[in-house]
Amino acid sequence: MDWFEQKALPMSSSYHRQMGRIELAVWIVVAIVLSALAIPWFLWGDSRVFAGLPLWLWWHVGWMFLASVVFYLFATRGWGIGIDPPAEGGESR
Amino acid sequence: MSLEVQLGIIVGYLLLALAVGLLAYRLAERTAEDFYLANRSFGTVVLLFTTFATLLSAFTFFAGPNVAYQQGPEWILVMGLMDGIIFAILWYVIGYKQWLLGRAHGYVTLGEMLGDRFGSRYLRGLIAAIGLLWLFPYVMLQQVGAGTALEALTEGALPYAAGAGLITAFMILYVVVAGMRGIAWTDTLQGAFMLVATWVATLWLLVAVGGPGVPTAGLAETAPGHLELGSAHYTPQWMLSTAIVIGFGVAMFPQVNQRFFTAGSRTVFKRSFVLWPILCVLLFVPSFLLGAWARGLGVEVPEGGNVLPAVLAEYTPVWFAALVIAGAMAAMMSSSDSMLLSGSSYFTRDLYRPFIDRDLSARREDTIARVGVVVFATAAFVASLYNPATLFELGDAAFSGFAQLALPVMVALYWRGTTRTGITAGIVGSQLFYLSALFTAVVPSTYAGWSAGIVGMCLGLALTVSVSAVTPSATEKRWDRSPLETNRDR
Repeated sequence: MDWFEQKALPMSSSYHRQMGRIELAVWIVVAIVLSALAIPWFLWGDSRVFAGLPLWLWWHVGWMFLASVVFYLFATRGWGIGIDPPAEGGESR
Repeated sequence: MSLEVQLGIIVGYLLLALAVGLLAYRLAERTAEDFYLANRSFGTVVLLFTTFATLLSAFTFFAGPNVAYQQGPEWILVMGLMDGIIFAILWYVIGYKQWLLGRAHGYVTLGEMLGDRFGSRYLRGLIAAIGLLWLFPYVMLQQVGAGTALEALTEGALPYAAGAGLITAFMILYVVVAGMRGIAWTDTLQGAFMLVATWVATLWLLVAVGGPGVPTAGLAETAPGHLELGSAHYTPQWMLSTAIVIGFGVAMFPQVNQRFFTAGSRTVFKRSFVLWPILCVLLFVPSFLLGAWARGLGVEVPEGGNVLPAVLAEYTPVWFAALVIAGAMAAMMSSSDSMLLSGSSYFTRDLYRPFIDRDLSARREDTIARVGVVVFATAAFVASLYNPATLFELGDAAFSGFAQLALPVMVALYWRGTTRTGITAGIVGSQLFYLSALFTAVVPSTYAGWSAGIVGMCLGLALTVSVSAVTPSATEKRWDRSPLETNRDR
């Protein structure tokens, strides 16, 4: 693995590179949304309690489980994006 | 009677950890790479728990619940965002990339990796020196925590210095003997133990008081603002600053960063990544709620004491409270042992070898690494005897100090145009800024509610990018790597 392997791709794979960039952008947006809503800002100042715990805590717990599901999807579909050389799919190990 | 039970549980626990370390020793090879990285062989459970247990320090069990007791349970949100989401993302962005590079080039430390990338042993030494600067007070902090906890638990029978000394001696013993493999195995044991102990403690309390509604209703009466999201203490700027700075700081903390090199395979990385948010919720929610609920239940915390032992003493039997304190001790030790090992590797690998003895053999490096552990631990112990500041302030400063490294490192990992001068400017500039904010009145510590830590990170990013843009990169070549060759491709 070279430090910047991605740049060494042949030009013929420009279509794949284009798709790769869109996919990368989508995952970056997903990462930002996951970070942005881990704290439920829209419940700011809210003190409602549900089943013995503050409502905002329930949101957070649910959000973390959702994050785990999203991370699972990333690990199965997007893993290596932005890092692995896309053509060969990297060293398989 | 109860004192003997408590000490028995703690000593029994220490011996168990030592036994695990000895078991690991039998498998170890006598090389530095095996001592530091267990030959890059970890599976999912071990990597996940060793990183997790390393992340959790005295903070999760003492300072964290104390904050929840005094200010409300919003800490859970900050911790969830920082460790469950931000750190998980960095686990991929920084960790996975580092793992690939480390495997290809035989890197053992962050400084070694960047020193090689920019062909500069001074950069390598600089990163190691900064690492040690922040690591040392943090190790000391763990010893302070251990000494205080043991003294409180035994009601003074075991004085502070003796408690801290006992823990230090024990840690030296098993780090020196066991190395990374032993640490990771005991971490796995400790991580699982902490998780179970916290849940049993929470359920025990809930059964005793009659469900979560009771302490929550109590909290609504005694401290109504605590159930409301946000307060004068928990402002959005403060919550975000804290979560972002500590999240990035964690990824640069030597003992965590070094774990990026230890994974056995890509699958291990993926699985750990997926499990991060769940593990964080499973631990932080109960442990901080215990602190918040203690307030609602009217538990009194002695001056200078911790809320968790106080609430356990009130609602659970003595042996169980001792078991949880042993768990907290486990949290401290699992952080400290890893920090000792990483501190030693930063010293031998990035300071001793490049600057003092370039022709160090792998076998001799292994010996020096173990000596380094003893020196580092002893010095931190001596410092802990004179400790002036509180747990929280010191810990917070170390995380922010490490966070300053994160963005320049990320730029170097992903932008080909980064130059040696650029990254050096980014690292030195942000460190100077943050240290000045911490220790002088000239540089303010907050900026419209945002912390100096996050401002420093932005400064480091801006310096790295702008200086790189105006300096040439062409002539950089990798410095003589011949000593590394002996460790590579195994």
